Amino acid sequence: MITATINNSPSHRSLWLSKLQIKGITSVVLQALLILLMALLIFGPLLNLLLWAVTEIWYFPHKLPVTYGLKYWQQVFGPHSDAMSSLATSVMIALTTVVVCLLVSVPAGYALARRSLPARAFVMLLFLMPQAFPNLAVYINVARLFYELDLNGTVVGVVLVHAVHGMVFSVWITVAAFSSVDEDLEKAARNLGASPLRTFFTITLPQALPGVLAGCIFVFLESLDEFTGTFFVGAPDVITLPMLLYNASMEGNYQIASITALILLVPSILFMLIVDKFMKPETLSKIGK
Amino acid sequence: MNQSRFFTILMLVPALLMVVGLFIIPLLSSIESAFAVDDQYGFDHFIKATELYGTDIVFTVGIVSLSAVIIALMSITIAGILTLSGNRRLVALLAAIYRWPLFIPFIVAAQCMRTFLAKNGLMNNALMSADLITPLQAVSFLDWSGIVFTFVWKQTAFATLMIAGAMAAMDRSQIQAAANLGAGRVRTLFQIILPQITGTVGVALILSIVTMLSVLSVPLMLGTGTPTMMTADMAFRISSYGDYGVANALGFISWMMTAVLAWYYLKHSLRNENGAGGQHA
Repeated sequence: MITATINNSPSHRSLWLSKLQIKGITSVVLQALLILLMALLIFGPLLNLLLWAVTEIWYFPHKLPVTYGLKYWQQVFGPHSDAMSSLATSVMIALTTVVVCLLVSVPAGYALARRSLPARAFVMLLFLMPQAFPNLAVYINVARLFYELDLNGTVVGVVLVHAVHGMVFSVWITVAAFSSVDEDLEKAARNLGASPLRTFFTITLPQALPGVLAGCIFVFLESLDEFTGTFFVGAPDVITLPMLLYNASMEGNYQIASITALILLVPSILFMLIVDKFMKPETLSKIGK
Repeated sequence: MNQSRFFTILMLVPALLMVVGLFIIPLLSSIESAFAVDDQYGFDHFIKATELYGTDIVFTVGIVSLSAVIIALMSITIAGILTLSGNRRLVALLAAIYRWPLFIPFIVAAQCMRTFLAKNGLMNNALMSADLITPLQAVSFLDWSGIVFTFVWKQTAFATLMIAGAMAAMDRSQIQAAANLGAGRVRTLFQIILPQITGTVGVALILSIVTMLSVLSVPLMLGTGTPTMMTADMAFRISSYGDYGVANALGFISWMMTAVLAWYYLKHSLRNENGAGGQHA
């Protein structure tokens, strides 16, 4: 609007516009180049992983694998392979962690969302703390504590460590989910004679379910990918997929390490596509309020 | 009323017990162990930690700071393009690309980089094939630069998501007004948008720094030589010597680093709450 009022002489105006067009084109080209560079840097490492997963022989100075093949896949997916038992261990631990988190977070999230608590902000902060601290030293001391309780090297110990770390997601997202439920509907149900429990399970929970499920997905992924806690609390008896990946990689067995990494990536990428609607920046900015 | 409050607290108890038992108690026991010398308290473990790992502490601060600066620059640039670019196709493409690392576990990222950044890795091979470097110039990046690369690769997606979210939540009319008054996109980004979202940028960086100070797999898998990061030293101290005192002293030092940042975080969130209250009034 301003340009129209200022540049009223026709010749002046066309010159100005063409400068603007050139500027626009340069800007688009610059942006496109930047995006291309980013794509190379983001997907390059992943491409290298894919290559190693289908490599049988690759040595210096060959720029690409010498022999391709699926020999190592047969090894990984063989009936008695370490990878399959690690996958089973990992999935079992992740599912148990989700159940534990749900059992403690749904009541806590509901209490924090619905009722006025004196130290609500403090309690919310308390659940955030395991994520807001560099937690290596905490894991070391959890391991020391578990050693005395005979929980070191057990699945229960690993689940507990994963659950505490996942609770920030389950509690905070559950609070956000319950906060968004219309309280008038609950009041209406209660007025019509429904018990508090029935109101919760038929009115409140169904409405909050998408948020609660999103929280579960985060807890599941967090547990599946967790390395540091398992390293101190679970090893060497509980070998999850990340532990197997680490051991294979440190032994120089890049094929096994890369295939294990790909198995770990499958749920992550699946969930990335599924939770896309939960992951809108606008929604995320509401969490914790 | 009292009964209702009783039930509220009862509903919180299991969750609180877990945080207290598995986080607060180990945390306190870590601090106790860092200062405990025989039957009394002292700084012996800290002296030993700085003597043995002083270089690594400085190295850790350097790596984390450098990574944070690069993450800030990149995430602001990407979020800026997402918000201000007029080209919808480019924005959609960028949005589809930038968030991939967010969903990739650190251990997988570390394995990717272990192969990609190696001397005979795909990056050097690609640069050689494109005649950008000669085979003699190829060097391994499996040292501090590889750690920084991995941290930036992984955390830029997270920071961008938060920063782009804050930009999206802003009042569009201000950006329109700036554009109508003739401000370029770069100027709009730095003079109109950024000053309003410094809090979010700060929080995104703090959370990234805490993550970088916690990750064990990346320094173990990429930082093969010395110096290395404090996290690797702590793991080594435990697995090789069972030396909890020095490991916990190093842990305490990394908490002191984040304590400064946490103070900023709390200050910001309080200011934010006051700000929100002011808007309502």
